[in-house]
Amino acid sequence: MAEAADVAGHAESHGPMAQFEIKRLVPLELFGYDISFTNSSLFMVLALVLISTFLILAMSRRALVPGRLQSIAESVYEFVAGIVRENLGKEGMRYFPWVFTIFIFILTLNMLGMIPGSFTVTSHIIVTFALAAMVWITVTLIGFARHGLGYLKLFVPEGVPFWLMPLIVPIELVSYLIRPVSLSVRLFANMMAGHTMLKVFASFAVSLPFVAKAFPVLFTAAFTGLEFLVAFLQAFIFTVLTCIYLNDAVHMHH
Amino acid sequence: MPAAMTALVAAAIDVGTDVAEAFDAHDAGGGGLPQLHAPDFAPQLFWLAVTFVLLYWIMSKIALPRIGEVIEERKDRIQRDLAAAERLKAETEKALASYEKALSDARANASTIARQTRESLNAEVEKDRKAVEDQLARKLADAEAAIDATKTKALASVKDIAGDAVVSIVGTLSNVNATKDEIARALAASGADK
Amino acid sequence: MDPQAAKFIGAGLACFALIGAGIGIGNIFGNYLSGALRNPSAAPGQFTNLLIGFALAEATGLFGLLIALIILFG
Repeated sequence: MAEAADVAGHAESHGPMAQFEIKRLVPLELFGYDISFTNSSLFMVLALVLISTFLILAMSRRALVPGRLQSIAESVYEFVAGIVRENLGKEGMRYFPWVFTIFIFILTLNMLGMIPGSFTVTSHIIVTFALAAMVWITVTLIGFARHGLGYLKLFVPEGVPFWLMPLIVPIELVSYLIRPVSLSVRLFANMMAGHTMLKVFASFAVSLPFVAKAFPVLFTAAFTGLEFLVAFLQAFIFTVLTCIYLNDAVHMHH
Repeated sequence: MPAAMTALVAAAIDVGTDVAEAFDAHDAGGGGLPQLHAPDFAPQLFWLAVTFVLLYWIMSKIALPRIGEVIEERKDRIQRDLAAAERLKAETEKALASYEKALSDARANASTIARQTRESLNAEVEKDRKAVEDQLARKLADAEAAIDATKTKALASVKDIAGDAVVSIVGTLSNVNATKDEIARALAASGADK
Repeated sequence: MDPQAAKFIGAGLACFALIGAGIGIGNIFGNYLSGALRNPSAAPGQFTNLLIGFALAEATGLFGLLIALIILFG
């Protein structure tokens, strides 16, 4: 109940950060954990439904000569398959469904966030961090599963003189350990910064007098276009980096 | 993988809730970034896990195999069609080559036959001509022989006639009855019968 | 000093991180372009690397912006 009051307190503010507030639509609890159905959950489920129905409906005809929807579905498939093949080679295709899910999920969440008044799930550090942590843990597990303790050689680059090792190995180790942080913060900060910026400029349109309103409106329109690019680019980058990390684990060379 | 992921997410929710409690103790609400509002972590993690695992399952079991199948099928089809086209082209080329070979063979044959015909005709004509020529040559030779014989006979008669003529001439002119033998001797001595 | 003022100054200082990001992004695109003009046929193959470089450089700046936002609103 204290939380409900807290949420109500948040909802009253209309600062640039109000758009990121989590609102509990259906309070739920499971084994003492709060698993309320929030606006964030709503958009996750929406993304899930949209992606599934689109991909399944688009492929319902299974035409040899694709129609419009089917060719969109196929080009998304080929796009991600291209990233996987380029970074991991043919054998990497066994991780393709996983990589594809990451890409399409983040892309859809980013794009849904671009709808005015909607909620951007990926603008929350906990969500992006969970995704990045999943990638990092999966990659590390695959690395150890495939190479055993030999996977630790990843931190000892070839061709480095041995007296540099005390310097290089900690750097490599830290850069490996920092991966989930940089991966998650990149996505989160991009989405949050972009949406905050849009909101700040949009609020200028309200506060400025008459004609001057045009400038923030024009800027917001232009910046919205850039944000669409960023929304796609960040999903792409997340996917490419996932593939690069996977490649480290699978092939063990830089 | 989904099972592992579920376990992973459960652990993450645990950690998230701990962190949330820590934050709660520290930050007694009011203001703050919504992203750092720790009590909101658990529901987000839970629903993220649910939706992601579900999406992964749908993608890997239903959606992606279908798309992959269609693309693979199309690739196969194109490959097959290309191969068929390649085969047909090769066959056409072979047929063309055999046709051209037949044509050139026929041409060679025709010219051989023409040459042979010409040669055999030539040979026949030659033979005929030779036969005719031989015949002619033989006839010529016969004729020449006949002429020679006649000439010799004539020449022999000429001597007789000349002797007779001389006897009668001498008898008439000089009243000398020279015999035929004397005349012949005289002629021989004068070399007139040469 | 008014703590509120110090907060704003701090947020502004944190935004200096974006200078580096700007230089970095400019460097990446500039070098990509000059390389692409020298050898246009090799350019499409490096497009992915361009985007990765852009994202890495941009993220560094955004870490600073993030700090600014946390200072302002956190």
